[in-house]
Amino acid sequence: MNYDRFVNPEVAAVPPSGIRRFFDLASTMRDVISLGVGEPDFVTPYHIRNAAISSLLAGETQYTANRGLPELRRENAGYMEARFQVSYSPDTDIVVTVGASEGIDIALRAVVSRGDEVLLPDPSYVSYSPSVLFAGGVPVPIRTKAENGFRLTAEAVRAACTPRTKALILPYPNNPTGGIMERADLEALAQVVREKDLLVINDEIYAELTYGDLVHVSFASLPGMWERTLTLNGFSKAFAMTGWRVGFICGPKELMEIINKIHQYAIMCAPRQSQVAAIEALRRGREDGYHDIVMMRESYDRRRRLMLEGFRGMGLSCFEPLGAFYVFPSIETTGMDSETFCSRLLQEEHIACVPGTAFGESGEGHIRCSYATALEKLNIALERIHAFIRRN
Amino acid sequence: MTRLETSLLDLLQEDCRLPLEKLAVMTGATVSEVAEAIDNLEKDGIILRYAPTINWEKTDRDRVEAMIEVRVTPQRDMGFDAVAQRIYGFDEVKSLYLMSGSYDLLVLVEARTLKELAMFVSEKLATLEMVTGTATSFVLKRYKEDNVIFTQPKDDGRQVIVP
Repeated sequence: MNYDRFVNPEVAAVPPSGIRRFFDLASTMRDVISLGVGEPDFVTPYHIRNAAISSLLAGETQYTANRGLPELRRENAGYMEARFQVSYSPDTDIVVTVGASEGIDIALRAVVSRGDEVLLPDPSYVSYSPSVLFAGGVPVPIRTKAENGFRLTAEAVRAACTPRTKALILPYPNNPTGGIMERADLEALAQVVREKDLLVINDEIYAELTYGDLVHVSFASLPGMWERTLTLNGFSKAFAMTGWRVGFICGPKELMEIINKIHQYAIMCAPRQSQVAAIEALRRGREDGYHDIVMMRESYDRRRRLMLEGFRGMGLSCFEPLGAFYVFPSIETTGMDSETFCSRLLQEEHIACVPGTAFGESGEGHIRCSYATALEKLNIALERIHAFIRRN
Repeated sequence: MTRLETSLLDLLQEDCRLPLEKLAVMTGATVSEVAEAIDNLEKDGIILRYAPTINWEKTDRDRVEAMIEVRVTPQRDMGFDAVAQRIYGFDEVKSLYLMSGSYDLLVLVEARTLKELAMFVSEKLATLEMVTGTATSFVLKRYKEDNVIFTQPKDDGRQVIVP
């Protein structure tokens, strides 16, 4: 049967994810050490799992309000205020989503009209560009560079703007580069946002994972930017809750009305047990100084240093990532492109990394290595990558 | 306790074979600072030894473990410490704790066979003059020790590659 008649050509035209091929290959191999996993290697803290179990046993199996359990929205608002000094009303400014992923999708669909241009840093997370396309918009990648710490500069954003530019996706700390944006960078960006009348979709899923003395600055906390910002966050990275699929969007109520309209018709509500678990994560965090996050961040930070030193020790140029849990070394000196490097590394050394090109054309010459993996495995992986590089 | 010492204890507890160079990189200290901190932790009796956690059930060695609750009469002037000293001297005693609650000392005992263990209790432990009573419970299966869950699946449950 020919399905061409039934398939939406605009969806068919969107290229499949660049990691699919590696996934298929790596899945068939045994003894692969994977540095390709973009999720924490911690299991969700026990008290959080236990809260969900208790809720199930108590028979809490119904839908919740579309926007999410009121108690969770109150906790979300308290969390945003305490951690990032941004105020949102739990009643009108917050929608609980099925992970930040749903947030990206419905924020874009709520905002983008056909032909609208949406700016996004390149490289960045794989789903932004397709989500813009699915919403009928035109993704406009802005190349970021290692020498600028993979930051989005105000000049580059200004240069990319056209009369059709409507929004900017701001995903920092960044997957795959580990780059962050500091207050001064964001202030410069805010100028352009004001000048060009843009909306900012600020994906802060890695906000809790910054290293050194740096604390994440939320774009909406800058003067005049609250009104122009949709802030996406979630529990996957900060609380090791990837499989629960629970996150939230915050923004001005006029926009949240529209976003909630899509959410209520498409999704109804985020899974109840995940919302209950999220309440426990935030409530306990509030009471114990976010102990879960502090422990995990310390553990990532040690591994981050190990990986950075490891790659630099191999003679590769490696930008120091100050956020998320990835290193993004340059493999240009090997003469291989990212795809070839990763294919051969997988075949010859059984180490899985993700080619930088999976995250956009500007990722060429880099590989993404996640250090959210057991220390002993990281050490073996570094040794094998070093051996591979020496041979080539 | 310095921040470096705390970090080193965390790391060494996870893997005590990590070389000094790696420990230095991960803690952001120099190799000599790390070496000095570890020396101090050893001298201060904070790090007592470097030993693996072994799942003996997977070996062919015969081994029986028991936890024995012991009630004792404390010794004049020496309290419980003198009693403890008399007990922890035995090779069979793996661990010994002074407890609050309905008994005084908890003794973790290991022997090759059930018979050996029974002999230890009846002939060595129960016959000490200050021991007024014992209750022995045998370990049937070990699920978790030193933070390591023994029955943990090897696969960590994650997909091989995740964007």
